Amino acid sequence: MRLLLATSLGRLAGALSRAFRRGDGFVIGGRVVLAVCPDAFGRLVAGRRVAFVSATNGKTTTTRLLAAALGRAGAVITNTSGANMPAGLVAALAAARGAPASAPVVLEADETYLPRLLPATRQSLLVLGNLSRDQLDRVGEVAMVARRWRTAFAAAPEVSAVANADDPHVAWAASVIDDVTWVSAGNSWTADSVLCPSCGQVLRRAGGDWSCACGFRRPPVTWRLDDGALVGSDGARHELDIALPGVANQANAAMAAVAAETLGVPVAQAIPAMRSVNSVGGRYQVVDLGGRRARLLLGKNPAGWAEMFAMLAPAPAPVVIAINARAADGKDPSWLWDVPFEKLADRVVVATGERRHDLAVRLLYAGVAHVSVDDPWACPPTELGEHAVVDAVGTYTAFRDMLRRGGGADND
Amino acid sequence: MTDATRLSALRIVSIYPTLLGTYGDGGNLRVLTMRARARGFDVEPIELDAGAPVPSGADLYLLGGGEDDAQVAAARALRADGGLTRGVAAGAVVFGVCAGYQLLGSEFPGSDGALEPGLGLLDVTTARLPKRAVGELLALPISGAGALLTDPLTGYENHAGGTRLGPAAKPLGLVEAGVGNGTGAGGPASEGAVQGRIVGSYLHGPGLARNPELADLLLSWVVGEALAPWAQADIEALRAERLAAVRGRRTGPEPAP
Repeated sequence: MRLLLATSLGRLAGALSRAFRRGDGFVIGGRVVLAVCPDAFGRLVAGRRVAFVSATNGKTTTTRLLAAALGRAGAVITNTSGANMPAGLVAALAAARGAPASAPVVLEADETYLPRLLPATRQSLLVLGNLSRDQLDRVGEVAMVARRWRTAFAAAPEVSAVANADDPHVAWAASVIDDVTWVSAGNSWTADSVLCPSCGQVLRRAGGDWSCACGFRRPPVTWRLDDGALVGSDGARHELDIALPGVANQANAAMAAVAAETLGVPVAQAIPAMRSVNSVGGRYQVVDLGGRRARLLLGKNPAGWAEMFAMLAPAPAPVVIAINARAADGKDPSWLWDVPFEKLADRVVVATGERRHDLAVRLLYAGVAHVSVDDPWACPPTELGEHAVVDAVGTYTAFRDMLRRGGGADND
Repeated sequence: MTDATRLSALRIVSIYPTLLGTYGDGGNLRVLTMRARARGFDVEPIELDAGAPVPSGADLYLLGGGEDDAQVAAARALRADGGLTRGVAAGAVVFGVCAGYQLLGSEFPGSDGALEPGLGLLDVTTARLPKRAVGELLALPISGAGALLTDPLTGYENHAGGTRLGPAAKPLGLVEAGVGNGTGAGGPASEGAVQGRIVGSYLHGPGLARNPELADLLLSWVVGEALAPWAQADIEALRAERLAAVRGRRTGPEPAP
């Protein structure tokens, strides 16, 4: 009864929020539900099998791909808007209260909140992609996140996992789980896993493989990502011909496909079902930018940026980069110095966003030509030239601003 | 020694950036390299792999912030190697930030809270703060005779240690906003430490990108002369924006996100 009242009030709050244009009303509804019924999450997931998708990068996309793969069999309960903290999860579940008990639940979980969610569910499946430096002021250091994961996983003996064996922190955290399907999904960003998570010595690396003198090493994998294909232990190749660009999205698709197979949808059926996903929360959408067209990309941390350069239109195409440092971006943009912006030396960068001066100084020292622009909509810089579509990369809140002002949609 | 009479390139060594580079402090090497080259000096920037021997003949050594286990690993490797200590004895300049500042002192807490010996190059000791210091840090340089700096020091701090200065070390500045060394008894807390040619600080951002006067001070110690001005509008705009953001926040509410 309390839960029914709570979810009704939550719907009302969401509607009011939308009516007064305070937002999409999604998260506020979840907050109201939690205020009235603090254990709403546990009650809403009771009796359902939940797949939690968590990682530093790729969790929203992997969630969408997994939901698409499972959606062939019917309705899927999922938080598609990237609202990955408890209020967002509760809102997604409350909105789907009438769904049949058999409907699969796929939830993107913020990496800091994942440990708190596990006690509310039994027999959940964890889909664990990667851990790297991100929002250090809020999330904390990578080793700390991995320690919290491991402690929480050890206290949840009934969980199973699909985990990326190439990331030492993920492997260390997930290795306390009995039932793990290990995937070699790649891990090009190794700067946060120089030391063994288990003993603190320097890890030995050879290609994508890693091991430590203490005996901790990359677990043997059942699946591996190989040049755009997912290869099983039987040697069968499944081409990951998805609609999303870049190697990082192939890794997301690999994790989602293996998770789908674990949940009963074979890889060979899961991958074609993922082709319908061509934009996630506005990523890759082409929107208006002061009378020009901009393709939106999300670049929020060094590991994500490491994959970004290959996705940008080739030089000399200019790039718009929007940097904010609000709570959801991480309040310290020092991470800009971990991004090799020197790679943009043969083009012009338009620096914008609330912390454009931090970016401008980074570009100055990278030797990259740039202009700082307060509002590229009101005053589109001439440096954008005649390019029909320019790439525009933003941190989380800067990206959302560009999507909204450019007339894009995040419920794609 | 001027550029014309200097026989070799300035050797600037970034110590173990894969261990002590979690908070973007690798940028300090880029900043010093470009600022020295802009004044006509040749520079040989060197980034040392984790645990590699430290060349003792460098002009300037940089250490950045890192995770707790990485800080302990770096301190142990540096104590066993001895190259940094020999470099300091030979007159090199050192700039350490956060974890890299703490390990220059006599002791600091490791990830399990147990005290770990540092290099003992700075007369400071670090202990756990009651609450982690996370946020913008603004400090005013120590004024008066022999003052090294005049411009406000701005950066971002993110650390769990408070640092107490012994008699041989002097603070770099006094905290206007933030925590810094976090050891002020009654008066304002101090930020950073200076002892001879060794400087420690909690300023990320990176610290030398946001504080060009400090960057040029370190370089002037190396080359033995004041440096020609190298004013950059981008840097002035960043400093003005950050100072206004920090000072504005203390007099009025933060604008709604």
